[in-house]
Amino acid sequence: MIKLRLPGWARLPRQPMLRHLLFGALGALFFYLLSNSLSSFNNFQLGEVAVYAIAIAGLSVLTGVNGQISLGQGAFLAVGAYTIGELEVHQSINLVFQLLIAVAVSAAVGFIIAVPATRLRGPYLAGMTLLLALALPFLSDKYSSFFGGDQGLITLPPDAPGSIDPQKWLTWIQLLCALIVLVLLGNLLSSRFGRSFRAVRDNEVAASLAGVHVARTKVIAFVISAACAGLSGALLVLSTGVVNTGEFPLSLSIYILAGMVLGGAGTLTGAWWGAILVVYLPNQWSQSLANAFHANHLVGANLAVIVFGAVLIIVMLLAPAGVQGGLRWLGHRLVTVSTVTKLGSNISVALQDQPASKQDRGGPDSETAATSVD
Amino acid sequence: MRLTSRRRAFGWAGRSAVAATVLAMVTAGLGWGGTAGAAPTTGITSKSINIGATVPLTGAAAPGYDEIAPAMNAVFKWVNAHGGVYGRKINYNYVDDAYNPSNTTTQTRKLVLQNQIFADVGSLGTPTQAAVQAFLNAEKVPQLFVESGCNCWTNPKYPYTTGWQPPYTVDGKILGAYIKQHFAGKKVGYLSQDDEFGQDVVKGLDMEIPASQVVSRQTYDVATLAGPLTTQMSALQAAGAQVVVLATVPAATALALLPAAEIGYKPQFVIDAVGADPPTVGPLLSAFTSKGGGNASQASAAVGLLDGAITNAYLPAENDASNPWIAVDKKLLQKYAPSVWSKYGLDGNTEYGLALAYTFVQALQAAGKNLTRQGLINAIAKSGKRFVTPGLVPLSYTSKVHYGYEGDSVVQISPSAPPIVTPNGSFPGETTLAGPFVTSPGKGPVKKYAGKASTPPRKLATTA
Amino acid sequence: MRLFWNITLGGVAEGMIFASVALGLVLIFRATNVINFAQGAMAMLTTFIAFSVFGKGVGYWPAFVVALACGLFLGGLVQLVLIRPVQNKPPLNAVIVTFGLLILLEGLAGAVWGNSNRGFPAAFSQSGLVIGHTAIAFSHFDIFIVVAVLVLVVLVAALFRFTTLGLRMRAAAFAPEAARLLGVKVSWLLTLGWSFAAVAGALAGLLVAPTSVFSPTFMDLILVYAFTAAVIGGLDSPVGAVIGGLVTGLALAYVGGYLGGALEPIGALVMLIVVLMIRPEGLFARPTARRV
Repeated sequence: MIKLRLPGWARLPRQPMLRHLLFGALGALFFYLLSNSLSSFNNFQLGEVAVYAIAIAGLSVLTGVNGQISLGQGAFLAVGAYTIGELEVHQSINLVFQLLIAVAVSAAVGFIIAVPATRLRGPYLAGMTLLLALALPFLSDKYSSFFGGDQGLITLPPDAPGSIDPQKWLTWIQLLCALIVLVLLGNLLSSRFGRSFRAVRDNEVAASLAGVHVARTKVIAFVISAACAGLSGALLVLSTGVVNTGEFPLSLSIYILAGMVLGGAGTLTGAWWGAILVVYLPNQWSQSLANAFHANHLVGANLAVIVFGAVLIIVMLLAPAGVQGGLRWLGHRLVTVSTVTKLGSNISVALQDQPASKQDRGGPDSETAATSVD
Repeated sequence: MRLTSRRRAFGWAGRSAVAATVLAMVTAGLGWGGTAGAAPTTGITSKSINIGATVPLTGAAAPGYDEIAPAMNAVFKWVNAHGGVYGRKINYNYVDDAYNPSNTTTQTRKLVLQNQIFADVGSLGTPTQAAVQAFLNAEKVPQLFVESGCNCWTNPKYPYTTGWQPPYTVDGKILGAYIKQHFAGKKVGYLSQDDEFGQDVVKGLDMEIPASQVVSRQTYDVATLAGPLTTQMSALQAAGAQVVVLATVPAATALALLPAAEIGYKPQFVIDAVGADPPTVGPLLSAFTSKGGGNASQASAAVGLLDGAITNAYLPAENDASNPWIAVDKKLLQKYAPSVWSKYGLDGNTEYGLALAYTFVQALQAAGKNLTRQGLINAIAKSGKRFVTPGLVPLSYTSKVHYGYEGDSVVQISPSAPPIVTPNGSFPGETTLAGPFVTSPGKGPVKKYAGKASTPPRKLATTA
Repeated sequence: MRLFWNITLGGVAEGMIFASVALGLVLIFRATNVINFAQGAMAMLTTFIAFSVFGKGVGYWPAFVVALACGLFLGGLVQLVLIRPVQNKPPLNAVIVTFGLLILLEGLAGAVWGNSNRGFPAAFSQSGLVIGHTAIAFSHFDIFIVVAVLVLVVLVAALFRFTTLGLRMRAAAFAPEAARLLGVKVSWLLTLGWSFAAVAGALAGLLVAPTSVFSPTFMDLILVYAFTAAVIGGLDSPVGAVIGGLVTGLALAYVGGYLGGALEPIGALVMLIVVLMIRPEGLFARPTARRV
């Protein structure tokens, strides 16, 4: 296969960290333009996509990259959410600190769970995390004077500065958090940690022979995914305005897992696809499809559920590597085709490569010095 | 002649309102109705009112509760078939939230921001509706007649929110007062759902029943209710409880009564209205006696487990053939919601939906021709206590009080009462033991209600 | 003392219910190395079919047999149509497919039969046995549950231990390439494994429904606890499933009875963590050599 060569200015920086920052900046620009063109309700849903992308990306690191199956991310979403709730009830502190505390608390809870959990393999870990997701949220009913029970704790969204629509402001916060998390995770995965995560997933014995501390690596991956889930939960309840029981049912954990697999396990871009599916598939697209059949009300409501289940299955059968995997496959095919047909023009493109790339290197390298606070 | 019939159609509103309606309808008919009245409000035109709700139509909370919204729609269809309210036809858009507050959040925003509803009417659940209370109030969208007995619907911060059924604490106080009076000195035990509902009923019971009389307090969590509550019923039996109060949802009532029967434990059961409707609970008990090869007669015998249980009621008993509301309810369902009628008939859930819908129609009429969201809220505060609904006692609405009915009667499920017949079988009916009573969710005393029960407006009674 | 025995008996009855579902999970895990999260929903569907047949007035036992037969068919169908395409893909793909199937089947049942709660007939009386003059929390039907589960576990254990079919099924699941070389028709054995598991599931549905509230979602929580039971027992051990079921049922009962019903799931979680700390692959799992 002939490789397509792009001119230097159009090529991505070699440094992964710079590449991720570039993606993050482009993403920020894209989402800024997108959210400005959307209605308030669509902005709300865009914010939800961002929130679920964080949880799915965290799970992707744990499951896709490190090979540990968790069916209980909903429990950590609840931890982050209730942390924000308690902080808003008891004192008013800056939102940034609130979010950081939520991340820290869920990471701490994640650590407590990780110590026993990471000793377990495959389905055993799945069983334990499933029970965790069932049990944990209902402490809120049991200790309702502290956690607020059914009425819950108020988690009002932050005030927007100036005349910005409050919904849009919240969506921006959620998107910004998602981009920051994804850039950080991207950097993490291309670092030493990422390599040891994968090594442990592929073969624990080989990894430990190669000097990787297996148990510690698994705990780190678990804590990272719990922290992501906690941030996701905290941002989620800023949208709803209240955190209460019932917001974190088992189905939430399952949706997050499904989003991760359907988007493309182990890929961070896949987290966005997965989040889009989690937000739009069960409530919007399935409903619209079901409505198209004009069924009576009982069948109609169930029809949406049927469509959702069927789509989960069909996507999994058609795109075993998820949406991102499917897109990559398509991309490769398109590139191959275009390479053959546009061979002539590519030669001239390649000729321009050398001088441009030198010019290009200067900027990003100087940026590296400023941002490489590892 | 026409005028007379119109007046009957809107018998719930005052005379001037009737005249105004006729005028509105005439103007609408002439094609210049669109400009009549005040500035346009979201969700209403001169010919329509767009309202919505989020209810569980699928998932674990759907059984029973998925009947309520379709039953409400029967009333709206009747209203629409008879000219609407001030010429406006009601378009009821209820969607599924599967009792998950996150879904409720999304679906409610969709209803308000995309479907442009005028009001959210008859949405179900405490955690689900608590999750959208701030949003709806910020958007100034009335959140009317929330289907939950939480005390939280009365909150000065949220003037657009209003409850409908009696608060669970009121249920508890009235049942507690009855137990204190009629079972003095007997040992009492509780089995309550460990959430807002169960805790509030217990709070009300504890206000009336002396603490020394309560020998055992058992709980369960509805989210993890998978099988019979054998453990809890054994504990109540071991504590020697002679009166057992169940603050349970219908499924949990069945899962409590079944193991009690298994171990031969027969206390006096007192069941909160939420989980005591015989046509809802009865079929769940049929498993007990219909052994291999069981038949329908065995199934109805099993309902005997409910016989003698005491409960509370704020709506007329479904078996009360002499009650004009019951007759109207049945006719409305038959004609305007035939699929609901043929599947469920008039049971506690469909009766609830019909009564709630009558209340909303009353509120619309009280708000007058120039309908606005604020006008609707004001009308409920001003004349809510006088709304004509099937309730045994009046609604409690004022500008400060936003919970629903002020109290209920104490009734007994009795095999000697006329049975409640639905498409799913024949179930024991209810007879009134005492009441109706009224009280507040706070410290106020439980008092007998002196007023009379209402009767349906004539037009409704004759044309349903 | 009577309270203790009643709580214990209630726990045993509930535990055997979990065991009945856990057995199906173990069977599928052993036969195809997949956790079938639709196990409960498939049992729900066959139980609804039995309910409809029963409603036609054919009597309890014919309906019982119909449910088991439907399980045999359904299990094979699911494996052929849905699981086979993902069998050699990443293991999570099969998990998502079974979740999708769970959601799909619950929706179907809701559309066909409605979402109402119902009672479901039991094979035998549910009145407690009378010892002396007191009824205990154990009925004829509970005895039936225990016997049915024990018969099932003996059959499953015998299948894998004493029959060449069982041996081939294990080989097909864990070393498909080697098995194929040895002339084992791997794909059909995997289908057969799912069929057997679905029959076990259908039986479980018929055992669970009378003790619970029968609706399209009635197996959801049972499945979670059954999965807990299977994990405690060791996912590839039929005997472990029964012991795991009993441990889970008793733990829930004792926590509910002595600490409060709302703490049951937390109690189950703590117990699961404790067991897995001592035996990370369950109580009865065979030690597996780690591949290097």
